Amino acid sequence: MRFIFKTDYDQDIRIVKHGGQAFWYGLLGLFLVAAPWLLSEYVLAQLVFVLIYATVGLGLMLLAGFTGQFSIGHAAFLGVGAYTQAVLTNAGWPFPLALACAGGLSAIFGVVIGVPALRVKGIYLGIATLAFGFIVEEGMARWESVTGGNAGMHVKSPEIFGWTLSSSTEFYFLCLVVVVLSTLAILNLLRSPTGRAFVAIRDSEISAQSMGIHLARYKTMSFALSAALAGLGGALYAHQIKFLSPEQFSIIQSIDLLIMIVVGGLGSVHGVFLGAIFLITMPQLIAMGKDYLPDSVGQSPGLQTVVYGAVLVAFVMFEPHGLYGRWLKMRTYLQMFPFYRAGMFRRQKAFQKSDRLK
Amino acid sequence: MSGALLSARDLTVKFGGLVAVNNVSFDVQRGEVFTIIGPNGAGKTTVFNLISRIYQPTAGSIHYNGEDLVAQPPHAVAAMGIARTFQNIELFEFASVLQNLLIGTHTHRRTSLWQDLLFTGATRRAEINARRKAEEVIDFLSLQRYRDMMVAGLPYGVRKVVELARALCAEPKLLLLDEPSSGLNAEETDDMAWWIQDIQRDLGITVLMVEHDMSLVSKVSDRVLAMNQGEVLALGSPEEVQSHPGVIEAYLGSTDDLSSLRRSAA
Repeated sequence: MRFIFKTDYDQDIRIVKHGGQAFWYGLLGLFLVAAPWLLSEYVLAQLVFVLIYATVGLGLMLLAGFTGQFSIGHAAFLGVGAYTQAVLTNAGWPFPLALACAGGLSAIFGVVIGVPALRVKGIYLGIATLAFGFIVEEGMARWESVTGGNAGMHVKSPEIFGWTLSSSTEFYFLCLVVVVLSTLAILNLLRSPTGRAFVAIRDSEISAQSMGIHLARYKTMSFALSAALAGLGGALYAHQIKFLSPEQFSIIQSIDLLIMIVVGGLGSVHGVFLGAIFLITMPQLIAMGKDYLPDSVGQSPGLQTVVYGAVLVAFVMFEPHGLYGRWLKMRTYLQMFPFYRAGMFRRQKAFQKSDRLK
Repeated sequence: MSGALLSARDLTVKFGGLVAVNNVSFDVQRGEVFTIIGPNGAGKTTVFNLISRIYQPTAGSIHYNGEDLVAQPPHAVAAMGIARTFQNIELFEFASVLQNLLIGTHTHRRTSLWQDLLFTGATRRAEINARRKAEEVIDFLSLQRYRDMMVAGLPYGVRKVVELARALCAEPKLLLLDEPSSGLNAEETDDMAWWIQDIQRDLGITVLMVEHDMSLVSKVSDRVLAMNQGEVLALGSPEEVQSHPGVIEAYLGSTDDLSSLRRSAA
């Protein structure tokens, strides 16, 4: 076990808590910077997808994991960001400006869905966001003059003042910068009053309110930030895919996003990245496993959906804290060896919940 | 009464046909411990929820420090200097004790979203001040050994103290305690009495509480208001209220009833 002797308030606030963390995250940073020269073109493309999904996941984690508001329509924000980026880049806008617009427009959509969502909770909020997702998807399919409708639209490479990020390495670094900045912003948020207010709303609205937290304002803020990150992710997604069509932003995409943060671990920033890695590698693993299965199973079209569903159910039942929770348990086991006892992480049931604010 | 910090006039709340609180008036003086007692369903917690603006009164007014409290939205009450605890503990379960206390300091936040996202110097200074305040409260209530633990794993008695600590972090002028001793054992109740007295004497905070434990009530209260079925029965010192015939009747039933019971049993 590591015990840190604290002598300064700064030590509690710091993002990097001790030398061990600085070392490992430094190593990870070095690897990510060197990745284009270490990895094959194919693996690098997968890594870009991980980074893109991590950006979107950070947004959804902020909303669902930290503010406790579930959205089953998050692909809509992804779509708004992607189409905004595509339209603006094709019109010749420099990419940083297009990115900002993609994030900004998604944030506006986030506020539009966030305001009515203040009145509903839990499953009803899920239904409201689901409906919103359908509306946006339908809008993308019907607004043919802008989006190209179901025929889809091509996306040019990001460009600024004549310099085009055409190679995969250049685009990889763009994604890396966006992800690192988003992660830092979320970490900053979580160690400041705004982030704590989100967590307070998640755990008890009535007492958050009596602590002086303006529920409506903070919920709307959470929706806007979450949508903005999803929009940013969507903008990068548009460039990576290079071809957009409305069915990429359907309910299946929304559910994939939810699976990502639940499997990664609700309420942890690490979980976003573990979940994104899971979401991207899983189809490859399924594809590899297909050959070893009987044809009637391996070649049937719904295999991936079934596996995803089974994994989600398994995580909810056996590891509600997700991959990150599993890692924490393994780490504690190793740190405390041989003193770890079974049940150390067993959840205590709380029986003293008073009536919720209706 | 010019010294009154909180004054309620003719408060009435109706939920449909049920009159939960009927024409209740009282004044809480600066610096006193004012207790509301009464049998279950007397409307004590409803009065609390009126003051913290969770309910809207059907009629009547509440003035706090000369301002009209009923005109304020619920989240503004904390900023005016009113903090509260809940009967059934409403802590943020999946956060550490320290995090809970820091949320208690939320009313003093002055930084904007953008400053928080970038964690600017202003946010850093505000954070350090909030942490200093939280540590003072941890010291005051001897919570040092629990400071980094998750609330979800703490025993009930400790949670009760953490909730008190969170309310103190808001640096309130008026502290509302909803049954501070419910679910505590005798020793913990004694500690709670000490703390309430310390809060009144050392921090100069006015306390308004709802309580059932009469030994705690008589130990710490300056004045007691007894309620039954939404109406005021008696108001005065703990001794006066305890010996008031109406109060005894409300708790034990009237002597007439008792004698008639005896007769029918015989």
